[in-house]
Amino acid sequence: MKHLLSAADLSHKQAVRILDTAGQMAATQAREIKKLPTLRGRTVVNLFFEDSTRTRISFETAAKRLSADVINFSAKGSSVSKGESLKDTALTLQAMGADAVVIRHHASGAPHTLAHSGWTHGAVVNAGDGMHQHPTQALLDAYTLRRHLTGAGDPSGRDLAGLRVAIVGDVLHSRVARSNVQLLHTLGADVTLVAPPTLVPVGVEAWPAEVSYDLDAAIDTKPDAIMMLRVQRERMSSAGGGFFPSPLEYTRNYGLDARRLAAMPEHAIVLHPGPMNRGLEISAEAADSPRAVIVEQVANGVAVRMAVLYLLLSGSGATTETNETKVDA
Amino acid sequence: MSPRKYLLQNVAPYGGARTSVLLADGVIAAMGADVSDDEATIVDGRGLVLLPGLVDLHTHLREPGREDAETIRTGTRAAAMGGFTAVHAMANTTPTQDTAGVVEQVWRLGREAGWADVHPIGAVTVGLEGERLAELGAMADSQAQVRVFSDDGKCVHDPVLMRRALEYVKAFDGVVAQHAQEPRLTENAQMHEGVVSAELGLAGWPAVAEEAIIARDVLLAEHVGSRLHVCHLSTAGSVEIIRWAKSRGIDVTAEVTPHHLILTDELARGYDPTFKVNPPLRTQRDVEAVRAGLADGTIDIVATDHAPHTREDKDCEWAAAAFGMTGLETALSVVQETMVDTGRLTWADVARVLSETPAKIGRVSDHGRPIAVGEPANLVLVDPDVRRVVNPDEQATKSGNSPFRGRELSGCVVATFLRGRATVLDGASCDEDVVVRR
Ligand SMILES: [Zn+2]
Repeated sequence: MKHLLSAADLSHKQAVRILDTAGQMAATQAREIKKLPTLRGRTVVNLFFEDSTRTRISFETAAKRLSADVINFSAKGSSVSKGESLKDTALTLQAMGADAVVIRHHASGAPHTLAHSGWTHGAVVNAGDGMHQHPTQALLDAYTLRRHLTGAGDPSGRDLAGLRVAIVGDVLHSRVARSNVQLLHTLGADVTLVAPPTLVPVGVEAWPAEVSYDLDAAIDTKPDAIMMLRVQRERMSSAGGGFFPSPLEYTRNYGLDARRLAAMPEHAIVLHPGPMNRGLEISAEAADSPRAVIVEQVANGVAVRMAVLYLLLSGSGATTETNETKVDA
Repeated sequence: MSPRKYLLQNVAPYGGARTSVLLADGVIAAMGADVSDDEATIVDGRGLVLLPGLVDLHTHLREPGREDAETIRTGTRAAAMGGFTAVHAMANTTPTQDTAGVVEQVWRLGREAGWADVHPIGAVTVGLEGERLAELGAMADSQAQVRVFSDDGKCVHDPVLMRRALEYVKAFDGVVAQHAQEPRLTENAQMHEGVVSAELGLAGWPAVAEEAIIARDVLLAEHVGSRLHVCHLSTAGSVEIIRWAKSRGIDVTAEVTPHHLILTDELARGYDPTFKVNPPLRTQRDVEAVRAGLADGTIDIVATDHAPHTREDKDCEWAAAAFGMTGLETALSVVQETMVDTGRLTWADVARVLSETPAKIGRVSDHGRPIAVGEPANLVLVDPDVRRVVNPDEQATKSGNSPFRGRELSGCVVATFLRGRATVLDGASCDEDVVVRR
């Protein structure tokens, strides 16, 4: 694995390995001294063309706990709307000697372009690109699902075979949905997408997922987990696309409230990638209920991102060690 | 100095029986196996197909305004290399080709360049803004004698304005060439809406955005009794609508680009903006449909939509990149590969779709003529048997955004003659000075 650009790029084996490694990372985070020397001397650049304090802090924390040097580069605003600056910025970072570039970009495919352009030699980690992918989010969701839903004891080596997950909300614009559909499928889970028809992309029929327009019916099928997607309020306005008539109607039909929460199986958990629109896609009762693992997702995000950075950046080191061993023998 | 003569020996007009053709004084002076001329430069035409010089109804020459991407000189030289003797220069320049002054400037620069005749297309609306008609009559009456009007790049989406334009150009036998794109259905659209866009997370460009405008426009053309030309149709549904309109007797013509005959939306998967184009690359089913439409005559012509762009406008993330790809120097090869090599068109058909009919639609009287004695010597010699790898860095166009980089294509242009002058000989463009002194 040279880059992490899309959940679709991960094989079953690679995905399980990342989750297992994240488990080991999480174990180290329970210690008093959380910092590991693993990536000392390595430079990780957080290149954010779009505001996301949460994701940036998560990656920054992950890199620092592995003792990497972290450069935060926020390129949002002024001249960045024009594409040239991605190239120029990348060349600048390359000159600084970035070993890994964690990129968040408003344009779908920007991390792919960065990874294949020759503008940087570092590993590229997609931290969210347009409506395309957010693979570490899918990994942290899978990690969270595995911890809660695959039985007692150390879950290492397990996948998500047989689990049933409903992903609810604005699928059309959601990179979280796209990443999760692919990764959950790879790990053996069954996915149902639940959304008003206006928020399901044309072409969804090729995805390894069922589609439902009825949240209550989806809950009646007893999913093991329900993942709520953020819905932007402006989507209802005419300028925003007019995807639904009113926030009220959206909430009535697709919001997770106390009643729907109660209808879910007892063991089922609630996920949300954050930030939440309380009162729109999720009610306060649902968000704050003990079955919501939303806060835990944040902590798991650090462990998963540590694992990803570790596997990407120490991978080459491991190869070198092997070569040296061969030479000695 | 009297102009040179050329004797094209053993060439196959329209791919048929071999003969020799003498070009002198700008016309085809003689034809026949026994034609000879001591003063003429001999061109060995064994194995070569002779066609009337190609006519492109849809070229973006970028001058005035974006001379960093293409100039009239480089663009027409690219045209000559591709076998074209006449091109129609689209109106979306800066300033817009929406006045007699600007179209005459483009027309004059074309004459000075001398590589191919340049017929400026006039904008339908002032500044391509879609709000009020440009001075269509003044452009028609200018030296440039504009007959084709288009807001290409933008759609004349206001139905009343479109109706007025269709009606107004009848006075001078003009035609409106519509870029069919419903703007509200394609706001921010990046690629064909379907399975690939859903996966890539790129905003979708539905087929219906094209088809709805074409359906409306053929009905408008029928209602007001005007002729309509549909630019670069790209979907199976568009082909069906044109087929239906023609069966009703509506005076509509349609074009397809070379790239829509061969490339699909699958190419977007690498997020390489070289494949970002308007209208977008569609599915394999659509490719099959436009090929079938071209084969059965539903689609009248192939036009390149040659759209050069600078490196800066393509060397970036997909959403920030410009729409368009170059095409003048690969068009004939793509048509050969997709239509001739597959047995769906003859070389005579190629002459029809790439020369005769585009000239008729554009009301260009001295191109797309028969290969016959006394006709203007606007001709192209094609070697259909070679295969070549496309290298945009070696092309005459100023821009490198060919979607065929590194791809092997059938056939190549050996020579192009504009009124008896070689603009291309032995597959290379002729000394520019010679051309300019013409
Ligand atoms: Zn166009």
